[in-house]
Amino acid sequence: MEQTSILETRHLTREFKGFVAVDDVNLKIRRGTIHALIGPNGAGKSTFFNLLTSFLKPTRGEIFYNGQNITNMPPAKVAHLGMIRSFQISAVFPHLSVLENVRVALQQRLGTSFHFWRSTRSLDKLNDEAMHLLEEVGLEHFSRVLTVELPYGRKRALEIATTLAMNPQLMLLDEPTQGMGHEDVARVTELIRKVSENRTILMVEHNLSVVSNLSDTITVLQRGTILAEGDYATVSANPAVLEAYMGSSAHD
Amino acid sequence: MSINRILFWFTLAVLALTAPFMVYPVFLMKALCFALFAAAFNLLLGYAGLLSFGHAAFLGTAAYLTGYTVKDWGLTPELGILLGTVAAGALGFVFGALAIRRQGIYFAMITLALSQMIFFLAVQMPFTGGEDGLQAVPRGYLFGFIDLNDNLSMYYFVLTIFVLGVGLIYRTVHSPFGQVLTAIKENEPRAISLGYQVDRYKLLAFVLSAALAGLAGATKTLVLQLASLSDVHWHMSGEVVLMTLLGGMGTQAGPLVGAVLVVGLQNYLADLGSWVTIITGGIFVTCVLLFRRGIVGELRALWKRSF
Repeated sequence: MEQTSILETRHLTREFKGFVAVDDVNLKIRRGTIHALIGPNGAGKSTFFNLLTSFLKPTRGEIFYNGQNITNMPPAKVAHLGMIRSFQISAVFPHLSVLENVRVALQQRLGTSFHFWRSTRSLDKLNDEAMHLLEEVGLEHFSRVLTVELPYGRKRALEIATTLAMNPQLMLLDEPTQGMGHEDVARVTELIRKVSENRTILMVEHNLSVVSNLSDTITVLQRGTILAEGDYATVSANPAVLEAYMGSSAHD
Repeated sequence: MSINRILFWFTLAVLALTAPFMVYPVFLMKALCFALFAAAFNLLLGYAGLLSFGHAAFLGTAAYLTGYTVKDWGLTPELGILLGTVAAGALGFVFGALAIRRQGIYFAMITLALSQMIFFLAVQMPFTGGEDGLQAVPRGYLFGFIDLNDNLSMYYFVLTIFVLGVGLIYRTVHSPFGQVLTAIKENEPRAISLGYQVDRYKLLAFVLSAALAGLAGATKTLVLQLASLSDVHWHMSGEVVLMTLLGGMGTQAGPLVGAVLVVGLQNYLADLGSWVTIITGGIFVTCVLLFRRGIVGELRALWKRSF
């Protein structure tokens, strides 16, 4: 039935003590596209993101993933269906090595994650695959480095490699270029484009040049509701969007 | 490097095997039991990031059950210890299932409250001997033929248990499960987003820690031939926190060093009576202020800096 859309929300609403952060949002994410979610601060983007991945429970409304209702599913189960999220702050495990970070995601498939009597050497058979993923994001020379010592941009690359290890159908990226210098922004943008092959990506992003560069579809949120939707040309010509962005901080 | 390592372990083994000829064996055994207790506690605090303030319940439950079944049912020492360990693990499952849904101070308070209930039971139930505790618990014959009343045999028995217990902790930390535990401790939301049902991992860590604390308590009962209210008192839960922080949490050797230090102080300062508490308290405050990573943690940092 839902052949074209991989993710769909119906009347999704979340209230916090009388304040409606996300208000009756009906959104469809088409399979195989890069979809960006933008909007001024406080528009409800992060809340919406947390609702999609079950880190928050909606007050009302439903979420469908591949036609399956996942509204009340625990977040770890959602992950196993192939929908993996990232976080605003770089989500890495700082005191594991770069290789181990990726391996933690891979090791679930061995089914030995509760085996406390086994040596970590039993995980070495995953090293080749982990290295391959690190190569994909250009981190192959850092595999033995303790993650805490990586520069910020590299941590985001590692995060993407770890997400890829789950072989996701749908990646949700929460501000992937936030707090980065120009060089890193360019690198991560390229990386997102590269990994978007055969995948669907939904991202929250403030950097409008990244958004215009990457996305097929853009949804503008304001005060918890959808203000506009379409490709970059359509959305950027929309007077309501221009007005919403006026007075808010400058974007590059 | 590897030659040095072999030499280090060889020296340590020789020291461990000859120690009872140089130091009073009962003191050594007591120190080994508390070192195992602290190491078990550290598995939870240092590697799962969970601060339990009720670990006396596991030490004490195992101590009483082992003491009672060995003394009144005539169980052999190995069976008595096994029973105490399993019971502590089961109790850990109940505590853990109730507490792991909460974090930080709330987690600590729930474990404290539950362990106070165990303390109350120990005071009220007739088989524990109330204020007197269980006295004159026989050490018995290991496997029916090794006389544990001989302090030397008992020492090697305790040393074996200690090595197995600490070995299991080492293995757990360096296992696929240990990797997930580290991941959860470092970034729980990320571990969830990668598909890990984190509560189950925390619960297993809690059960393992409780069972090993029980193993320490059961062994201690046979060593001192005594199980008493001080084993289940919250002082004991506090003491194990102190031992672990003093030695350095999240390091393998830290809790062992901390435990030996605290037990040693209590032993050698015993003549001073209640002053012991003040002195250990003073040392604790000094250590926390001067070396925040604990003794072993600081030494390790120093080692890393100078090489």
